[in-house]
Parts: sequence; structure tokens; C-alpha cells
Amino acid sequence: MRPAVLLAPVLAVSLGLIGPGRAAAEAVAFGDAEAGAEVFLWCSGCHEIGPDAQDSVGPHLNGLFGRRAGAHEGYDYSESLARMGADGLVWDLETLDAYIEVPQSLVSGTRMSFPGIEDQQERNDLLAFLRRYSDSPANIPEAPPTALHVEVALPEEVLALVGDPEYGEYLASECLTCHQKDGSAQGIPSITKWPERNFVVAMHAYRQQLRPHPVMQMVAARLSDEEIAALAAYFKTLD
Amino acid sequence: MALNRRVFMGTAGAAMLAAPMLRAAGHGKPKVLVIGGGAGGATCARYLAKDSDGALDVTLVEPTRTYYTCFFSNLYLGGFREYESLGHSYGKLASEYGINVIHDWATGVDRDAKTVTLAGGSTLSYDVLVLSPGIDFVEGSVPGWDITAQNAMPHAYKGGSQTQLLKAQIEAMPEGGVFAMVAPPNPYRCPPGPYERISMVAHHLKTNNPTAKILVVDPKEKFSKQGLFEEGWQAHYAGMVTRIGPDFGGENVEVRPDAMEVVIDGEVNKVDVCNVIPAQKAGLICAAAGLTDGNWAPVAPDTMQSRMDENVYILGDASAQGDMPKSGFSANSQAKVAANAIRGALTGSRVFPARYSNTCWSLIAPEDGVKVGASYEPTPEKIASVSSFISQTGEDAALRKTTYEESLGWYAGITADMFG
Ligand SMILES: Cc1cc2nc3c(=O)[nH]c(=O)nc-3n(C[C@H](O)[C@H](O)[C@H](O)COP(=O)(O)OP(=O)(O)OC[C@H]3O[C@@H](n4cnc5c(N)ncnc54)[C@H](O)[C@@H]3O)c2cc1C
Repeated sequence: MRPAVLLAPVLAVSLGLIGPGRAAAEAVAFGDAEAGAEVFLWCSGCHEIGPDAQDSVGPHLNGLFGRRAGAHEGYDYSESLARMGADGLVWDLETLDAYIEVPQSLVSGTRMSFPGIEDQQERNDLLAFLRRYSDSPANIPEAPPTALHVEVALPEEVLALVGDPEYGEYLASECLTCHQKDGSAQGIPSITKWPERNFVVAMHAYRQQLRPHPVMQMVAARLSDEEIAALAAYFKTLD
Repeated sequence: MALNRRVFMGTAGAAMLAAPMLRAAGHGKPKVLVIGGGAGGATCARYLAKDSDGALDVTLVEPTRTYYTCFFSNLYLGGFREYESLGHSYGKLASEYGINVIHDWATGVDRDAKTVTLAGGSTLSYDVLVLSPGIDFVEGSVPGWDITAQNAMPHAYKGGSQTQLLKAQIEAMPEGGVFAMVAPPNPYRCPPGPYERISMVAHHLKTNNPTAKILVVDPKEKFSKQGLFEEGWQAHYAGMVTRIGPDFGGENVEVRPDAMEVVIDGEVNKVDVCNVIPAQKAGLICAAAGLTDGNWAPVAPDTMQSRMDENVYILGDASAQGDMPKSGFSANSQAKVAANAIRGALTGSRVFPARYSNTCWSLIAPEDGVKVGASYEPTPEKIASVSSFISQTGEDAALRKTTYEESLGWYAGITADMFG
């Protein structure tokens, strides 16, 4: 048996998950935040959470619950997500659950390239974990961030290369046969607007065959350090 | 002018690139005329217009108003795709990219005058001509079949109504009937295409007409992704598909469209549907322009320029370039290299080294997708394969499903890259 975390009634009410009558009467057994930390490893390639979490490929996830979708200042969201936020989408248990089940079905043009989590228990666990960093965001536990594990250690001079965006645009034409220029993702991940560092690390990981995709390994194999930097510079600029 | 008619070679081209630029400067914006609005032509026109910021006058000549992709047409036969989802209009190329789209048919090229005549009677002039007309069929390659037999025995190897006709015929097959395919000899467009088609027809029949049979008559010893297809046919459609290769008379075939008969090595087979995919050659306009050598139009590997005329670029299926398969992915890849080279030659913009790639996905059964791909670079002789990969037999269902989903993403990506 997983040790269940109790979702405090007051929170359940504020999240609009269940009617006030029932919520007041009973606490709801929900997910296991410890197990959720494991599930979060899938997310951690793109999202940071915890002390000092920063926006990266995706926005940081502190204070997520109760936040209007697409509204966290400083992060450049897909048009679709920003529009849904403007239309009133607020992240709560119900909406987050739907989003992580099949991201594209809630927000069709999202850049979040994630197929979703089918298993209800895993989603509950993940949400219980995420909630820790929202419940009272000021109180984020003094644990190390669950954030990014380092995929490939690259020398600083490689990370510091300044890409030539015009060359990047030409090279990018090879990418755009499959990846959507408008950033939407459907079967093939979105690659627009990534922080250059993440883009560079990902491409080096393919080039060193640490990431497993055969098409991407082939594409990366013939890119020089400068060309990877050029691509990162170009894709960052795309809207 | 006789100088550049026959002997033009790739390396000479580099030295001559500056010439059209100077010439075009004399009479306003340089004109690029693109014939054929498919995977090669639409992509090339779009990149030229998009990247030149109005510095080029780009015209696209294409007879049809809606381009129906051949890619994914097999999925339509299998019931995985609506016909309408294969259609793409040229609207955005005109309205958003400022391309002059003319719906007409090019009938002739005068390479000395640098003009193209259209079936509608007009004549267009160019500084650079791009030909991406796809394929036509080699007459007499399947005895008993010619283009007038295409209603009785469809090829369905060009996009559009032929595909619908073939689907209607498959759906009308009697219970326990026979679907036959005469497969083409190399080289032809989309090497796995006929075999993906067999898979999709088998899926349809398994669901709707399970006692029906499929007969493939094939002049080739081997075919693309053979191990993967045969494994899939065994797993999903056991006992349904029979392939007769050259050892058993597969290259000695004759068809009788009136009687719906296929004669294999002298033996007469009565069939209910017969999909004849003949031997192929470059779209007719290439030969009309005098740019073919044998069935195809040779090009310089670093630019896609015709080996016979430096003012003409030939893309996609029609070109003889080396190792790249004739695919939509390849045509799209070649188009971007050519657009970069053309823009450089006509406007002085930066020209980057040629890079080509291709990946072809095929669907064998629901959510059972496979892929094959390679990357390519120009050598003086040809576009040469530098590395490649292929799906493995025995992969698990989850990986095959991801591969299929990837193909959906690719379709959305390439069609957006072609039509904006
Ligand atoms: C069943 C099938 C499945 C396929 N599946 C795939 C796949 O999964 N992936 C893949 O990458 N490729 C696939 N292909 C191959 C792909 O369709 C072709 O390789 C690709 O379309 C070639 O592009 P192209 O520009 O050379 O020719 P096309 O795309 O055929 O475009 C040629 C255009 O030129 C026009 N044209 C021809 N002559 C003239 C003229 N004289 N004047 C004006 N216009 C003219 C035609 O109307 C046509 O629109 C498949 C093909 C088939 C048949």
C-alpha cells in the first residue's frame, strides 16, 4: 500500500474539486508525493521545481496551483496556452489532471512535448508532489531542487559559443520537415523558444548517442559545435 | 548559347553562378519560374519567396488547385485517414508569400530564349527555371497496360482521383476476392510505397473481407524494408499475402484489363482488383526541355542544377542525383538546398553547404509503424549516403506506436513546410 497523503479539505474547496458540503465532511485520500517525486523525473528534463527553480525549456513549477495558465511572468508561452489562460483556465487539481493526462487534448497547440500519463495513480502521485510546492509556496522545503540532472557535461567554451542565426536558419530548414515552426507538437516534439543552453545540451546528447532517437542521432552526428550553436540561436528567436 | 546545352557539370556551375545575377540586374527583379507544385516545387517556391524578402519574382505553375499528397494516401486506403485530409491548397503561397500561382500546364521550354509555354497559350520568361514535375510512366513497361487502362486497372501512384478509384474498387471486392498488384522495377517513387499499400489493403480486407487474398507480382529480387514488412504480414495478415518474385516469373507479367486477368509466366489469373504500378521516368516536361539522360534528369549534387543547363534546377522524383530515394522528404530536402543556391546566385545572399536527408515512415497495421532514413552529402559524382538507420524486426508495440505517432507529426510538419 502506498502511504496516502491527505488532501486537506480547505484546499480541496479552494481548488473547486468537490462541492463544499462533502469536502467539509471528509478529507480526501489522494496521491503519494514521494512516489510523485519519481514520476517527476519525466518532467525534469524541461521543468524545475523547488528552491531556486528557474524557467528553462518549460516554466518552473513553484506556486503552480491556483495560477492562471500561461500567465507566469517572464516565460514565453505558446499562443494556445496564453489564450486559454486569458480565457480563464486556472491550474487546479482537475485542470492539471486533464492536462497531464493528454496535454494536446486540453491545449491543442501547447509546446509541451509530452505524450501524457495514462495511469491515474501516477497522475495523483505527481499532483501530490507538485502541490507541495504550491500549497504555501513561501514554505518550500529546504531540500535540493528536484531539478535537472546533467545530461552531458560540456566544456564552458562549447556552451559559450555564439551561434550565427542566419546559418542557423538555413540549417533549421532540415529540422522543419518534421518539427513545426509554430511550436505545436504532435507526435514530434516542439523545439522552438528553448533556452539556448538546453538546446545545445540536447543536441550534444544526441550527437554522443546518449539520447536514443535514431533520426535525431543521425541529424546531430554531422553537426559541428558551431552549427549546434547556430541552430540554438535561430530556434530561440522563432515565434 | 550552345556552350551550356549539353556539357555543363557541377564544378563549372560554381564559377558561372555570378552570371545570372548580373544579367537579372538589367531588367528588374530576377524571375524564378517553378514548374510543379508538389513536394519539391511548392517547398522551393515558398523558401525562395520567404527568404528573399521580395527581392525575387517567384511564379509557380501547377495545373491542380488542390494538391493531394501521395504520402499518406496508403493510410487513406487502409481507412486511417480521410481523403480530404490529404488535400492542400495553394492559397497561402499566394496570399502570404506573394508567389504568383498559375494553374496551368507547362508544355514546352525554350532554353535559349529562357521561356516556358503553357497549355493555356501564354509564355513566361525566367532567369532561373525550377522543374519538379514528379513522375510519368514508361510506356509498354507492363504489357497489356497503357494509360487508357487506368480506370480498369488503376496505378494510384500520382495523388488524387486515382487513389479514390482504387479505394472504391477495393471496397467493392466480392467476398473472398483477389487483389493483385503489379509492383514496379527500380528506380521508382517511394521505395516502400507499394508494400505499405499491401499492408493497408490487407488491413482493410482483414476487417471487411477476411477470406480475400492479395497477390503481388514483383520484378524485383528484394524490396525496401522487406524484413519488416514480411514480419508484419506474417504477424497481422497470416496467409493473406502471396508475393511472386522474379524467380517464380514475377518479371514476366502481362495484364488484360478488359478481362481482369493477370498472366504470370504464362499462367492466367482472374482477379477482382488490379493495381498496376508501371516503370517510371521523369515528368514529361523534363524530356521536352531536353534535360534527360535515359529516363531521368541528371543534376549537380551540390545545387540540384541540371547537368545540361546551369539556369535550370531539377528537384525531386524527376532528378537523377545519386543515392537519395525518390520521396517527398527527399524532394523537400533538395528544394531547400536549391532555394539557397538560387537565391545566392540571383541576389548575392549567403550560400551554405548542401545537406540532404530523408526519413520514410510506413504503417504496417494499426499503430505498427516503422521507418528508414539516411543523411546525404554531395560528392563530385553524386549525392552520396553518409549514414543510415532502419527500424528493427521484433521491436515492441510501444516503440512501433511512437514511430507511427511520429509519422503523423512528420506529415503535419512537411505539409506546413510546403504550403505555409
Ligand atoms: C503511395 C505513395 C506513398 C508515398 N509515401 C511517401 C511517404 O510516406 N513519404 C515520402 O517522403 N514520400 C512518399 N511518397 C513519394 C512522394 O509522393 C514523392 O516522392 C513526392 O511527391 C515527389 O515530389 P515531386 O515534387 O518530385 O513531385 P510531386 O509531388 O508529384 O509534384 C509534381 C507536381 O508537378 C505537377 N506537374 C507535373 N507536370 C507538370 C507540368 N508539365 N506543368 C505544370 N505542372 C506539372 C503535378 O501536377 C504535381 O502536382 C509516396 C508516393 C506514393 C505514390
